[in-house]
Amino acid sequence: MRILTLVRQVLDAEESVRIRDGEVDLNGSKLVVDTMDEYGVEQALRVRESGVEAEVIALAVGPERNQDALRTVLAMGADRAIHVMTELMLDPIFLSQVVAQVAQNENVELIFCGGQQADWDSHALGAATAERLQWPQITWTNGLEVHGQTLTGKHDAEDGSETFSVELPAVITTQQGLNEPRYPTVPNIMKAKKKELRVETLEQFHIGPKLKFLSAEVQAKTRLHKILDGKDAPAAAAELVRLLRHEARVIA
Amino acid sequence: MILVVVEYANGKVSKSTYEMAGCARQLGREGPVTALVLGSGVAAIASEVALVFDQVLVADHADLAQYDAEVWAAAVAQIAREGEANTVLIGGSRSGREYSPRVAVKLDAPLLEDAISVVDANGTLTAERYTYLARVTEKVEADAPVVVVTIKQGAFTAAMPGNQVAEQFDVDLNLPQRRVQITGKATEKSSRIALTEADIVVSGGRGVGSAEGFATLVEGLADQLGAAVGATRAIVDAGWRPYQEQVGQTGKTVQPKAYIAIGISGAVQHLSGMSKSKCIVAINKDADAPIFKISDYGIVGDVNQIVPAMIAELQK
Ligand SMILES: Cc1cc2nc3c(=O)[nH]c(=O)nc-3n(C[C@H](O)[C@H](O)[C@H](O)COP(=O)(O)OP(=O)(O)OC[C@H]3O[C@@H](n4cnc5c(N)ncnc54)[C@H](O)[C@@H]3O)c2cc1C
Repeated sequence: MRILTLVRQVLDAEESVRIRDGEVDLNGSKLVVDTMDEYGVEQALRVRESGVEAEVIALAVGPERNQDALRTVLAMGADRAIHVMTELMLDPIFLSQVVAQVAQNENVELIFCGGQQADWDSHALGAATAERLQWPQITWTNGLEVHGQTLTGKHDAEDGSETFSVELPAVITTQQGLNEPRYPTVPNIMKAKKKELRVETLEQFHIGPKLKFLSAEVQAKTRLHKILDGKDAPAAAAELVRLLRHEARVIA
Repeated sequence: MILVVVEYANGKVSKSTYEMAGCARQLGREGPVTALVLGSGVAAIASEVALVFDQVLVADHADLAQYDAEVWAAAVAQIAREGEANTVLIGGSRSGREYSPRVAVKLDAPLLEDAISVVDANGTLTAERYTYLARVTEKVEADAPVVVVTIKQGAFTAAMPGNQVAEQFDVDLNLPQRRVQITGKATEKSSRIALTEADIVVSGGRGVGSAEGFATLVEGLADQLGAAVGATRAIVDAGWRPYQEQVGQTGKTVQPKAYIAIGISGAVQHLSGMSKSKCIVAINKDADAPIFKISDYGIVGDVNQIVPAMIAELQK
């Protein structure tokens, strides 16, 4: 079985966001593999390690620096990587065409991608990819087992958690709780340098974007910062209740 | 037409449905603002939304008793095509955000996801949305004959029920086979007001010490205020609270009038679910906790002393 895991390179959550010319400026900031995608990579490796004959292919779509992310994932244990090079900002509906085409070209049966992108905060990629392939999808997965052609597991739904069963091929979107992604070890980082990383260009896919990005800005709401000292608990509590009642007027 | 897929839960129309109606009215695109009710035994839901929409399409079938992404996407895309919709509005709930991309692909339409504002200028839709864990506001444009939009809960003014009653029409659907079998469900019923609909949310983090601490402090305060309760991922993972109460990147997004954070550090992933709250209040013993940076009010102190004192003050 071939497994495709999507890898997006994003701003480290601890870094602050800078804007330049109406766009988020990532130059000089620490970039990492989206944590949400790491769960997918780890799960793909676990499927392979559980004895299922599997090849794990990592896919990244974006500027050249994405190859750092792919090398990280190869060092975690992916077998090979594909980089579709583009400087364009891709909306998820557009991106799903690339992912679906790669999945078809590579005869993939299982796709993992993160449940929510850490940069564009989108949930759409997994579902859009599944639709293009006419496959079922499971979102927000936090437990997964493969038995032959059947996947079973657990995922979060609207109002709680559900257990599911679905036949391959399928798209799985991953989230925290699914597993603990491993760190690449030094010998594996060395080995990863020799693994195949194939570069393609977006032009090969003959597709166009669905959205136009107009601008980005950081809009922090100004906060009052009235922080009281709580050494005298009853006095502080009384003052806070007074402020919430009569100044903010948010409680009765 | 502008097609709105009605969201409801436990036999009640969700606030998001009225917000979508508000969004549709304010957009002012061509055609009737049309509600689509999908489900089984949904007559009461249909009559309720008839007071807000221009017309109501109802698909009341046993096969629609349980939500499924592929079934919902097929139904919505079919109705959008048949009614030549120019806009399809879907709620920003977890399921809405799960099946809406499929609808967009089926209709070869752009998807404006999680919009906080949408305007139409000569047939082009421009939407704003939060990105980078809700730290950035981005503006995007979609220019197409039909656009699929999901709206962020709480971002749009809800339309008020009027005294006009819209006509209802039954619709026939060609539904696909379900491929995902749901083999079990663990939902915890809460007698409290829903997290995403509450005016006040009291949330607890690891600082409450234990599941018992949460019950006394967070639920105790919430009871006094008639508030919903929320939790951080840390304590959901620890099993102190059910997942439905989780606020943040991988949980719910809330935007209440007041968000009261008790023993919560303020990690970016938590903030992304609550940073747009109108008034933020924090109680934490660490004056340097990041939560204070986005707070309007707060107390630096031990939750075990401060919160009982607040409850006592409110009871006076
Ligand atoms: C991909 C990903 C997704 C995530 N999604 C979410 C999410 O959706 N929601 C979420 O919440 N987190 C999420 N997290 C986890 C997040 O990073 C934090 O770990 C989590 O929010 C911390 O929870 P906490 O504030 O309860 O705990 P801590 O960070 O441990 O903070 C506890 C706080 O309590 C204070 N405290 C302790 N004792 C007392 C006392 N007696 N009195 C007063 N104050 C006290 C401490 O000073 C501290 O600030 C996610 C992480 C990742 C990597």
